[in-house]
Amino acid sequence: MTTTEPRIMPMGMAINEAMDVAMGLDEKVFLLGEDIAEPSGGVYKITKGLSTKYGTQRVRKTPISEAAIIGAAVGAAIAGYKPVAEIMIMDFIGVCLDQITNHAAKIRYMSGGQTTVPMVIRTSAGAGRGFGAQHSELLEAFAVHSPGMKVAIPSNPADAKGLLISSIFDADPVLFVEPMLMYWDPAYAGEVPAGDHRVPLGKANTVVEGKDVSIVSYGRQVHTCKQAAEALAAEGISAEVIDLRSIVPYDEAAVMASVTKTKRAVVVHEAVTRCGFGAELSSRIHEELFGTLAAPVQRVGGKNIPIPYASNLEKAFLPQVDDVVAAVKRTNK
Amino acid sequence: MATTNRPDAPDRETLLRMFEIQQKIKTADERFRSMLTSGQVQLIYYSPRGQECISAGYAVHLRPDDYVVTIYRGLHDHIAKGVPMRELWAEFLGRGTGTCKGKGGPMHVTHPASGLMVTTGIVGAGIPIANGFGLAAQLSGTDQVTVVNFGDGAANIGAFHEGLNMAAVWKLPVVFVCQNNLYGEHTPMAMSTGVEYISERAASYGMPGVTVNGNDPVAMWKVAGEAVARARSGEGPTLIEARTYRFWGHLMGDAMEYMPKEERKAAMAADPLPAFRAWLIENGHANESQLAEIEDRIKALVDDAVDFATNSPEPPMDELYTDVYEEIIK
Repeated sequence: MTTTEPRIMPMGMAINEAMDVAMGLDEKVFLLGEDIAEPSGGVYKITKGLSTKYGTQRVRKTPISEAAIIGAAVGAAIAGYKPVAEIMIMDFIGVCLDQITNHAAKIRYMSGGQTTVPMVIRTSAGAGRGFGAQHSELLEAFAVHSPGMKVAIPSNPADAKGLLISSIFDADPVLFVEPMLMYWDPAYAGEVPAGDHRVPLGKANTVVEGKDVSIVSYGRQVHTCKQAAEALAAEGISAEVIDLRSIVPYDEAAVMASVTKTKRAVVVHEAVTRCGFGAELSSRIHEELFGTLAAPVQRVGGKNIPIPYASNLEKAFLPQVDDVVAAVKRTNK
Repeated sequence: MATTNRPDAPDRETLLRMFEIQQKIKTADERFRSMLTSGQVQLIYYSPRGQECISAGYAVHLRPDDYVVTIYRGLHDHIAKGVPMRELWAEFLGRGTGTCKGKGGPMHVTHPASGLMVTTGIVGAGIPIANGFGLAAQLSGTDQVTVVNFGDGAANIGAFHEGLNMAAVWKLPVVFVCQNNLYGEHTPMAMSTGVEYISERAASYGMPGVTVNGNDPVAMWKVAGEAVARARSGEGPTLIEARTYRFWGHLMGDAMEYMPKEERKAAMAADPLPAFRAWLIENGHANESQLAEIEDRIKALVDDAVDFATNSPEPPMDELYTDVYEEIIK
C-alpha cells in the first residue's frame, strides 16, 4: 500500500510499533514485565495488543519482582534470546540494580567474550506528573557509570521507534529510557516511518543549527532547549541544539565539532545536576577544547533534591526554558 | 557413609564417575591451598573442600547442554560440569589462556562449551539468571535443565525469594541446589535464618523442597536425579537443601574463629570422600588398584594443569578494552 498521508503518532504508539516490528522480524525477541499483557497492555498501554498478536509466551506478565525480571532476561539473553524487559518506572531500578550493573553489564567482560547479554531494559521516567520522589526520577547516570551498559533516551516518536529497534538487535544490554510525559501527549506526536526503521546508537541529531552557542541535550529536555533557542533567536543569539539520542555510546565527534564552531556550550538534562551525564560531558568538552572555549561550559539539570510533590515545587525542580536561556547568557558574559 | 551396601545406589559406572569428580575436586583444591600457603601463587580462593559430594551427585545426571550456574565458591561445580582443568587453572591464576582469558577470575569462571554458564560473586544473584536459562529452554521447547548452586546465606536475600517464586509460577526447568554448609560468610545459620531447614521455604513458593545429607553420595545422587528428571519432563522446579560443611572457612586465610574447633574437627574426621572410597571397596564396586589408578590419573591431570597455567602468559594488554561491548567504546 502506498500512501502520502504522514504517519503522525505519539511516542507511546511508536514504541509499541518498534516492539511489534522487532517481534515480527525475529522470534527470539520476547517481552517480559509487570502487567504488560492484555487486557491492560501495560499500565501506560505501551504493549497494548502485543500479547494478543504474539501470545503470552512471548509477551509475559511477571510477578512484581524486578530482580527476577532482569535476572530472567539476563539468562535468556545469554542463552540466545533477545529479551525486552520492562521496568515500569525508572525509580524501581534500584530494586534490580545488581542484576544490571553486576550481571548484564559485566558478563561479556567477565567471561572474556564467551557469553553476551543482548537485552533491552525499557523504563519510563520523568517528573512533571505529581508522582512524588519515587516515581519521577531520571537515573541514567548509574548506567553510564557501568561499563558494559548502553543507554538511549529518545526525544521524539521517530527516534523512539528507530532507537528501540536498534537497541533490541544490539549485541549488548541497552537501558532504554522513555520520557513518560511524551507517551501520549499529542504535543509531542510526530511522524514515524513505517516498517523496520532504525536509528543507530551513538549518532547525534542537530535539531537546530546555530553559530553562537551549542546546547547539548537528550530526551524530553531537547524540547526545552528548542524553545530556549527560539527565545534566544529573538534576542539575536544563534543557538545550535544537539540531541544526543544515546549517551553510551555518545556522539562525541558531533559535540566537539559543534563546540569548536560556537566556542560556547551548555549541557542540559532532567536528571539531577550533581554527577549527572552533563558533568561528564562538560568535563570532556573542557579537556578537549579548553583553549578554544570563550567561556566555561554551563550545566542545566534537575535541582539536587528529591523530586517534590507540590506542583510549584516540582516545576522548580525541573529545568525550564528560562534556566537554559540564563545559562547561555552566562557563556556570553 | 554407612559401610553396608545400598540397594538404592546407582550402577558402578555412575559411582566411579562420582568418585572421579570428587577426587578431581579434592586434588585441585589441595594443590591450590598448598600453592597459596607456600606463597607460590596469590589469589582470592574460596575452598569447596567438604562440599564436593554435592556437585558430583547432581552433575552425573546432566548432559553437556544442560546449564549450571554457581557462585564464588564454585570450583567443585566447575570441575563437576566438566570445565577443562587446564583452562580452569589458568583462569584462577589470571592467565591469558584461562577460560575467560584471565578477565574473570575464580569468581567468574564461564565455559559455555561445558554448560558452565555463569559464576557470580554476588550472593543469591545467580538464582534469577538461572530462571532465564530455564525460560530459554522452555521457550525453545528443548528439555535442557538448569542447576543453580548457592549457599545457605543466599536463602535470606531478595533474589532467592523473587527467583523461586517466578520459577514456580512459570514451572521452569530449574533445580535450585542450596549447598548448606551451615555458615553464611562468618555467621552461623541459626543466627541468620528463621527456619531450621531451608527446604521448608519451598512450600511457600509452591514447589517441592527436600533436605538431603549432601555428604552422602548415594542420597545426593538420588535426590538430584529426581529433581533433574522432574525439571526435564516439564514438571517444574525443585529446591534441594544439601547439608554439608566447608572445611576451610569462608575465604582461604580466614582465621575461622567463628567456627567451633571441635565442630570443624569432627566434620573433617567425617570427610565424605575417604568414606565413599572405603565404601566403594568394601561393597565390591571397585578395588584398591582401580581407585589408585583413578587417583594417579587425576594427580597427573592436575600436575599438567598447574604446569600449563603457571607457564602461560598473562593476558596481552590489548585485551584491556575488548569484551566490554561488541565494539570498542572508551
